[in-house]
Amino acid sequence: MTVRILDAGPLTTVQDLGRAGHLRYGIPPSGPLDRESFLLANRLVGNDAAAAGLECTYMGPRFQVDRACAIAVTGAAAPVTVNGAAAPRWTTIMLGAGDTVRVGAPRVGVLSYIAFSGGLDLAMILGSRATYARGRLGGLEGRALRQGDALDVRDGPLPAVRSLATPPSVGGEAETIVRVVLGPQADRFTDEGIRTLLGATYEMTQQSDRMGARLRGPRIEHTRGHDIISDGIALGSIQVPGDGQPIVLLVDRQSTGGYTKIATVCSFDIGRLGQVKPGQRLRFAAVTVDEAHRLLRESETFLDGLLREERA
Amino acid sequence: MRFLPAGDLAVSVEFAEEISVEVNTRVRALEFLIRQKGLTGVLETVPTFRSLLVYYDPHAVGYEALCEAIAELAPQASTTVLPPARAVELPCCYDTELGLDLEAAAERLRLPVDELVRLHSAAEYLVYFIGFTPGLPYMAGMPERIHLPRLETPRTKVPAQSVGIGATQCCIYSVESPGGYWILGKTPLRLYDPEAPDPVLLRPGDRVRFRPIDRAEYERIAAQVEARTFRPVIA
Repeated sequence: MTVRILDAGPLTTVQDLGRAGHLRYGIPPSGPLDRESFLLANRLVGNDAAAAGLECTYMGPRFQVDRACAIAVTGAAAPVTVNGAAAPRWTTIMLGAGDTVRVGAPRVGVLSYIAFSGGLDLAMILGSRATYARGRLGGLEGRALRQGDALDVRDGPLPAVRSLATPPSVGGEAETIVRVVLGPQADRFTDEGIRTLLGATYEMTQQSDRMGARLRGPRIEHTRGHDIISDGIALGSIQVPGDGQPIVLLVDRQSTGGYTKIATVCSFDIGRLGQVKPGQRLRFAAVTVDEAHRLLRESETFLDGLLREERA
Repeated sequence: MRFLPAGDLAVSVEFAEEISVEVNTRVRALEFLIRQKGLTGVLETVPTFRSLLVYYDPHAVGYEALCEAIAELAPQASTTVLPPARAVELPCCYDTELGLDLEAAAERLRLPVDELVRLHSAAEYLVYFIGFTPGLPYMAGMPERIHLPRLETPRTKVPAQSVGIGATQCCIYSVESPGGYWILGKTPLRLYDPEAPDPVLLRPGDRVRFRPIDRAEYERIAAQVEARTFRPVIA
């Protein structure tokens, strides 16, 4: 089956769970920013967790399928239409040959995910189909989709129609709370600097992308300069350069860097952060490594719970 | 040695606060041992100058247990455990058109251009690690005579494959990016080629030498690289 892209939207990329094992060569994992929404989309069309689908930033694509298939749209609160008629999100949508789907601009949230039953069929590059656009790697020719692109989908049996009884809330909070573990370079900040990070509100800016979320707010104070001997940058590392404004490094991040990192956003809150629109606010809350691991297990149990509640 | 948490999925193992071959060798040796032993729960490792970032699966191993297991390996982390380094020859064209700062750097160092090229190409460089952008090597081994502070005003765009020096370091830009190194020349080889089966040319621990080539040879090799018929010299 083929998906023909009639309109791509500003940034629609092929993603799967990402490219592991190449950070030591400077190649980031990529993969979906909001992993939870991505996993749920795959689940709703009966795919393996690792099947490739689409991540859409802001406005989604308009596309046509040439055969019957099932899709699911999850993530941001974006309107979905099939041949012009409204269709639900967080539900299996059965399409017929020639149907046209449009995923519009989200009222709430930033990122939408579209899964196709069978999964997108593209070459695996270094073990993954995820797009790393900056490095022109993976996905479709290492780039975001364009009008006129055609994507193959693996053929397979159509899944049963399912939906989530209680879809997770995505974006939209007046103030998103993002959990962090302090460090690795928390000791390079004054007590006041740490208090600022954990007490102040920060605003998401337009300059944010899959590489990093640039935030604006009260200046975070260093003790002795903002440069360190370059070291590894983890998912969620909060880098604070000389201007005291935090940058949270994400799935397409540089593998190493020379700015102080005050704290690290927990993996289970990366998706929530990714769904914060520019202009919206967020706050950081510190947890210990042990607490973070407990919260990680809780978030996975919650996700499993959502899946168990799916209704035919 | 310090263990610094980097969120819920990674820990930074920091050896020292210095850039030296000795410290970096211990970092790479620890990485080698962790991979060789297949330490439970370790997913991925990123060596840098003086620390190793270890990504782990917290379902498979707890933070404390992982740190203990790494601490146990650390005393053996020395040059003797590392496999022999690869020797890589990189052709480099040091001309004033590709070496954007060749003349300025020579002037600043009070050296004739030829002598700067001779000193730079006579040295053997150790790849401390690959990072920042895909395939970019951070290298040790610059002769002290050509140490220079980085450019006061970094360039917003440095062409890929440019060979630069700054402070005690030599680096090769792997993709077009901003940069503050003095550009002495350019290699026709691609440090990062997303269309190659193995997109990254160099590895942490490689020994690199630059072979000076003229512009005609540069163009010849560049054409072979484009046609994918060039085989780099790696021993």
